[in-house]
Amino acid sequence: MHPTAPAKLLRAYGDRQGDGMVQMSFVLELPPSARAREAAKKFAELHGLSEPLVSTMETCAEGYTYFVVYGHSAHSVDPSTIDVPEVRTEALSREEIHHRIETRLGRKIVVVGACTGSDAHTVGIDAILNYKGYAGDKGLESYKCFEAYNLGAQVDNEALAERALALGADAILVSQIITQRNCHKENAAALIELAKRAGWRNKMVMLLGGPRIDHKLALELGFDAGFGPGTKPSDVASFLVEWMCGDREKAVMT
Amino acid sequence: MRVPMDEKKVARCRELAGSIADDVQRYIDGHTSVGAERTFLRAFGADGVDDQGAPLANLVVDRYQKAGLLGRGVSYWLGRALASGARDIQDAAERLAYAPDLDKGEGGPDRDAVARALAPATEAAIARIDRARAEREANKTRMRPGANPLKYVIVATGNIYDDAVQAKAAAFAGADIVAVIRATAQSLLDYVPHGATTEGYGGTFATQENFKIIRRATDEAALEYGRYIHQTNYSSGLCMSEIAWMAAVERLDMLLNDAMYGILFRDINPCRNFVDQYVSRRFIARSGIIINTGEDNYLTTADAVEKAHTVLASQFINEAFAKRAGVREEQMGLGHAYEIDPWIENSFLLELAQAQLVRQVFDRHPIKWMPPTKHKTGDVFQSHVHDAMFNLVGVMTNQSIELLGMFSEAIHNPMLMDRYLSLKATKYVFGAAKALGDELSVKPDGVMGRRAVQVLDEAHELLVQVERDTIWKAIEVGAFADVKRTRTGGKGYAGVCERSPDYVNPILDELEKS
Repeated sequence: MHPTAPAKLLRAYGDRQGDGMVQMSFVLELPPSARAREAAKKFAELHGLSEPLVSTMETCAEGYTYFVVYGHSAHSVDPSTIDVPEVRTEALSREEIHHRIETRLGRKIVVVGACTGSDAHTVGIDAILNYKGYAGDKGLESYKCFEAYNLGAQVDNEALAERALALGADAILVSQIITQRNCHKENAAALIELAKRAGWRNKMVMLLGGPRIDHKLALELGFDAGFGPGTKPSDVASFLVEWMCGDREKAVMT
Repeated sequence: MRVPMDEKKVARCRELAGSIADDVQRYIDGHTSVGAERTFLRAFGADGVDDQGAPLANLVVDRYQKAGLLGRGVSYWLGRALASGARDIQDAAERLAYAPDLDKGEGGPDRDAVARALAPATEAAIARIDRARAEREANKTRMRPGANPLKYVIVATGNIYDDAVQAKAAAFAGADIVAVIRATAQSLLDYVPHGATTEGYGGTFATQENFKIIRRATDEAALEYGRYIHQTNYSSGLCMSEIAWMAAVERLDMLLNDAMYGILFRDINPCRNFVDQYVSRRFIARSGIIINTGEDNYLTTADAVEKAHTVLASQFINEAFAKRAGVREEQMGLGHAYEIDPWIENSFLLELAQAQLVRQVFDRHPIKWMPPTKHKTGDVFQSHVHDAMFNLVGVMTNQSIELLGMFSEAIHNPMLMDRYLSLKATKYVFGAAKALGDELSVKPDGVMGRRAVQVLDEAHELLVQVERDTIWKAIEVGAFADVKRTRTGGKGYAGVCERSPDYVNPILDELEKS
């Protein structure tokens, strides 16, 4: 901790408090030259960097130059004015999860997960659901109190819905990794629409995860919670326990 | 640098894999599929789409499949149409697709007449593949490829014209191989889209026209930079054999092509996949294309330390299947990957041991070394270091084809700058450590030596088990990649059909001769 109290307005921290140092790297469509260097400086200044230093200028393709620029960012943020709902991150222990589900719910929580649409990347859903888990944190399959079904990749929304209903799922986990031209958003929102039309949206808790997902985005798309990169299976398990058999308000911190 | 390797055990693994593949080959030889039959139809020269965009090849094959007549082979029906007065292959195929009355095989030209009618077209079909191969080989003599490991990068804009620009930029920055990654889910389409495409998610559609556009760009780049630039695409999924044929005639250099990948990772039906991989590899064998197998993917779903042996076992199996399709060792780019959790102590040593083991076991094969992906986070700086370690293994163990890691892995499809920096760093590591592998020797009883022995032992045990249970069973219980698939489950099973005793396929006959 810095001995002086942190400023209310935060600037980027480089070497000293308040120096605003940031680095940028980008490509401009012109060959390297004195003019290109000035163009890069100007470009950095337009982003609010003062005293920009172009530390690298190299041809990265014919007619294209790659730049690294350091500069002092003039901008600051006041975190106290920012309102971001966050999924509770306080993970419950395995025993606590088991105990709560057993005593308060008295049955297993059924979870169905899939990578939906054309998305073929199962890394995320596998990490959360499969026994092996992620970074030493075992997946939901490893919990006695969860019944986890991983439907894998490229599952249509319709197929996911059908399977979840057939299995009597309590929760649906959707993983979306491919984000080109926002296809992840459209696809995720389409599942919620489908659930609403079919009248079961409020019967299940619906979670969205992926590298470009955060809780705020998930809520906007109509999900109950969103999980971004670095989420561990126990985070999802804890969330589900709070939601299913605890204080639902506590499941989401605002 | 060599790791200890029991030659007898390696030979035994090959025998076991051979027996595993023979069992499946008996099934393959008795069956065909809609995908395979469409491929032969295309190879004869049937081309084009209807006003709805449905390929002629699909219209014909689906019609005969629905009528229960595909067991004789589409070539038979095509031959009958030719012998009954069709002007040429295109006209014959159009008659099969659109004629009001379906030819049910009653009366008309007999088998010999069909064979005679098909003979010139068969010769032309084979000659077309051979011509493309000769042209590729001539180009490679004029413009020599770079040194191993060949640097492989991916472009994936969704728009083939942007891909062409990026392919040239990658060649400029030092890439030897350019792959245009396919639009996600193309592997599940039971037809190949037609023409140039400019919209696709996660990649660009593989079409014959798109192949031509990238070939032109990479040929131009080769001329400009004085180095042969290889073109790669994906022969997997429900159209793996059609793509293989298109690649063969459009002079592609490499194809992602695996005997089991589709089953495990795309939930393609096992029967369908085995039939289609065989046909695709028959075309690949003839065309001289190098295959890239997909074992690297196993470690994205299963643990890279515990399941390392499944990669090696699968490489033996892929090799056995490829041999049975006439593919030579020099065409087999067996895949493996740097996917061990980087934070495990000595993870680098374990990677180095396995990479060297694979190099030794498959010493004539242009093996393919894949970068870390599973343990990549959005920390681009850490990621760049991770890739550097991967590159070091690549050059030390003399991998043949190296797909470059991207520091933006886990964030977005690579940008121009990402590829440039990756190529720059790779060039540094490859140059700085060029002879390192030749300088070092491995302690037989050290961490690496023991690891190599263990991986081969475990691969051998797994092969013994798979050979006893058959591959069908092994796939059912999740022996590979921790993924379980049943024999009749998955996509595309309805497109498999038994060959009748009078099955006709002169192109396949010709391919099987060579």
